[in-house]
Order: sequence, then C-alpha cells, then structure tokens
Amino acid sequence: VNAVTTFLAQDGGFWVLTFVKIALLLFIVLTVNAYLTWFERKVVALMQSRVGPHRVGPHGLLQPAADGLKFLFKEDVMPAGVDKFVYLLAPFLALTLALASLAVIPFGPDPLPFKFFGHQIDLWITNPDIGLLVLFSVTALGVYGVALAGWASNSKYPLLGGLRSSAQMISYELSMTMSVVGVLLMANSFSLNDIIQKQSGRTIWGVLPAWNIFSFHGGFPQVVGFLCFFISAIAETNRVPFDLPEAESELVAGFHTEYSSFKFAMFFIAEYTSMITVSSLCAILFFGGWNTPFPTTWTVTHYIPSLILIPFGLWVLFDGLKYETIFGKLILPGLGTAIAGVGALLLAGIWIAPLHDVNEYIQGPFWLLSKIFFFLFFYVWARGTLPRFRYDQLMNIGWKLLLPVSIANVIVTAAFVLFRSAP
Amino acid sequence: MSPALIVFFLLATLSVIGALSLILQKHPIHSALSLIVVMVSLAGLYLLMGAEFVAAVQIIVYGGAIMVLFVFVIMLLNASAEEHTSFSKLAKFGGLPLALALTGLLAAAMIRNGGAVPNSATPDALAKTTDISMMLFSTFVYPFELTSFLILVAIMGALVLAQREKKT
Repeated sequence: VNAVTTFLAQDGGFWVLTFVKIALLLFIVLTVNAYLTWFERKVVALMQSRVGPHRVGPHGLLQPAADGLKFLFKEDVMPAGVDKFVYLLAPFLALTLALASLAVIPFGPDPLPFKFFGHQIDLWITNPDIGLLVLFSVTALGVYGVALAGWASNSKYPLLGGLRSSAQMISYELSMTMSVVGVLLMANSFSLNDIIQKQSGRTIWGVLPAWNIFSFHGGFPQVVGFLCFFISAIAETNRVPFDLPEAESELVAGFHTEYSSFKFAMFFIAEYTSMITVSSLCAILFFGGWNTPFPTTWTVTHYIPSLILIPFGLWVLFDGLKYETIFGKLILPGLGTAIAGVGALLLAGIWIAPLHDVNEYIQGPFWLLSKIFFFLFFYVWARGTLPRFRYDQLMNIGWKLLLPVSIANVIVTAAFVLFRSAP
Repeated sequence: MSPALIVFFLLATLSVIGALSLILQKHPIHSALSLIVVMVSLAGLYLLMGAEFVAAVQIIVYGGAIMVLFVFVIMLLNASAEEHTSFSKLAKFGGLPLALALTGLLAAAMIRNGGAVPNSATPDALAKTTDISMMLFSTFVYPFELTSFLILVAIMGALVLAQREKKT
C-alpha cells in the first residue's frame, strides 16, 4: 500500500471533488494572472510617473480582458521551416508544467466545515509527502518549454534566447535547491503542510513569530537561505533583473520571438503562474505560510481582514460614482458595496457566532494570500527598479556567490540542528 | 485487472514506445525528447512501487538536469538530422544475433525464477525519505561516499581537459 495505490482506490466522489477543485483553482489562477499583468503595468507606471492602462474600463480594469480577446483573435502565424511538433509542444509544456506546480500548494489549514459525499474538502488539491520535491521536479522539467521553443523556431534570436535560458535555469536550479535544504532540515519533512505547521508559535522570547526566517526553534534563522532562494527563483522564472532569455535590446523577444497570438499568451501565462508559485513558496517555506504574524492570544488581530475590506470597498464605491460610463457607475459601486459588505459581515462576527466562525476560518488563507501578494509586489518592484544583469555577471552570481553561500547556509543550519537536537 | 496494474501497463508501454522512438527518430532533439518520455515514465513506475523519493529524484536529475544538458549540447552544436552512412559490418551481421542472445538470456532468467520476478525483500524500505537516508548513511555509507568521490574525480578530470585545450 502506497500513495499511488490509495489514490487509485478512491471512489467517484473523490474524483468529482478533485476535478471541481482543479477547475476552480484554474479559474482563479488564470483570472489572477490576467489582473497581475494589469497590476504590474499600473505599479511600474506609478514608479515611472506615468498613468498606465486607463482607457479600457475605469482604471484600465478591462484591459486584461481586452488583451485576452486580442490574443484569441490574432492571426496564428507559424514561421517557415519550424519543427512543427516541437514548436507546438513547447508552449504547451511551459503552460501545463507551470500550472501543475500549483496543485501541491496548500492554501489554508482547515478543511471546509461540510463534506462532499463523505470526503473532507481541504484547501489544497493534493498534499503529497514529497510536496517540495514535486515542485522541484516540475521546475526541472519547465526548462524544456523555453529551450525547445527557442530551438524549434528555426530563427537565430530565439535560439540564442533558448540557449541562454537553459544555461541560466540549470545554474540557478542548483542554488535554489540548496537554499531550501536549511528549511528541510528544520522541518524534517518534504511536505509543505508539515513545513508550515513547524512554523507556528513564537521565537526569541515570544517577540517574533517562529517563521523559518526568524526562528531559532530547532535550527537557525534562514535569512541567508531566503535571500538565496528568492534571487535564484527570480532567475528561474526569467524575470527582471535576470530576464536575459528575453532581453529585448539584444534578442528581440528571445525564445518567444516567433510565437504569435495565443501561443505567445501561453508563455506569458506560464511566466506569471510561476511567479505566483514562487511567491507562495517564499511565503510557505520562509514566512510561516498561513501562520499569523501576531501572537495567537491577540484575537483582536482577527478583524484585520474586515478593517482592510471595509475602507477598500467604500473607496471602490465612491470612486465608481465619479465615472460617467455605465460600467463605472453600476459595476464599481456594486463591487464596492459587496466588498464593504463582506468586511462588515466579518466584523459583525464579534456579536454573531456563525460569522465569528467564518472569520476564524479565513484567517489562515488571508495571511497566506497577503504574503503571496507581498512577494508578487516585490517582483514588480524589482522590475521597476533594477537594470538587467550582463550575462557573465549572471553566471558569476549564480555559481560563485549564491551556490557557495547557500552551501554554507546548509552547513551552519545542519550544525545548529545537530547541537539543538543532541540530548 | 487492478487499477495499479493498468497504470503499470500504461507506463510500461509508454516507456517502451519512448525507447523505440529514441532509436528510430532521425533528429537528435526528437531522440532526446523520447528519452525524456522514458525517464518520466520510469519515474511513474517508481512511484507505483511506492518509492516516492526515488521517483522525484529520477525526474529532477535524469528528466531535468541531465537531459537538459543533452538538449543544450544538441542546440549548441546545432546538430541537424543524422545522415545514414553505410552500416558497419559488425552491426549488420552481429547486431541481430547479439540482440536475440540478450533477449534469450533475459527470458531464460525470468523463466528460471518461476515466471515471477520477486519483489525486493523490504518493499516499503524505499517509501520514506528518512529510511533511504538512513540506509545511505549507515549500511551503504562506503559505496555512497565512493560514488561521490568518483563523481568528484570525473568533474576534476573534465576541468583539467578543458583547461588543457585552452592553453594550446
């Protein structure tokens, strides 16, 4: 009896539940992806004193939908002399692998309070014992999407972009994997759930939460590990300042130069999905996942979600009233009322017991999502701030700085774990 | 047939098809892709036997790192579809008998064992990562360290060879 045989022995309810969960997660992630592009353009625009997208819908909120439609209706050009099979396989590989990695990410601690045909509804699709290894194997295969796209396009710029990306991703995969070994030593498990649960509680005389980045609990604070991980992960997702595979000034658009319409969009979605995965991993491995940053006795902090939702909802409401279009006048105030209403309902949990339970339930997901959002913002922040590295600098950072430092981090953490666990 | 057996046959067929395609494809990139299919379906077989850690490592190391290097080198050399030269004499006359002999040997070994290849003595020994590391660092510590030493020597050898070429 092992994981696979128990999996195969599940009944129909389990399959239906899993498919529904996958469909729901796909829908949410793809929508978030679309609005991540909007968010990125807006934030970068603010950093550069521009307005950003503002033509399609109020605040340019319909821009992602317009972009999506445009991708669907563009002519699908296939250049002459491409290797057809590999050319079509590459965007497919990139997208499916990027989406598959989200399957092992746990979004909350407790299952939903009701059951589906006797099956507990957890806030994750699957929770394998080797969760982190699954993520790394998916990342390891993710290189092919980029490399093969570059090769199959039968054009020199994509080929150079593909070569660069394979070299870059192989190099940074090493330091990325080494930098999480410290976390694994402290958690004693590959399961993301176990890793999060080990980070509950307080450290340093109760001043800070026992997240891996601060914690002396059975280990050593993983500050260095986190920095190595995040830098390598940015390089692994081909984002600024490590976006050499698609350096516009040198390589046109790098590996996806010859891809048009929705095949290009697939690479784009894959890139943004891996950003989400990496942000979730940062939150889960180093920043306590769904654990709150406050002591558990501070129940007042449980109303932070409503304190954010109510003002935000009111702002959306009054902002919408300023518009003269139907969309602005109707949808935005409606949305604002809904958001503020949810916030008010959660706040009413002080007096009403069932709402109180709901408020308790959303604490875990709320903190995890806030942390993920922070790292997504960090990605955009880095893009708006940092210039691109030169190729030799990129290789030097990967091999001569990040790899030795992350190995040193493993040695120090291992020593701490060993001495602390010794009787 | 139990579901596990169906999955086994699916993965086995996939790996055999991948292996055949590896040999029959004309272009090195297609061959490399076929090899990746073989690696991944082998990982699936390991998973079916409960060896989760080994399966993940199979994908990370073989499916990922090593095959990416293959693809990288093929791309770097810009190798195109291979041209068939006249077959070597040895392959032409020796190939088929040798292949038959190997198949016969394997078949004989299987038949001698009563048609069923026995499972490993401890079927769940590979299930948990802790058990694997315990085994690696206690029972098999000398072979393990020796292997890593061998790899280190190989790396240094590659470096020396690369440097020598640079000087001339």
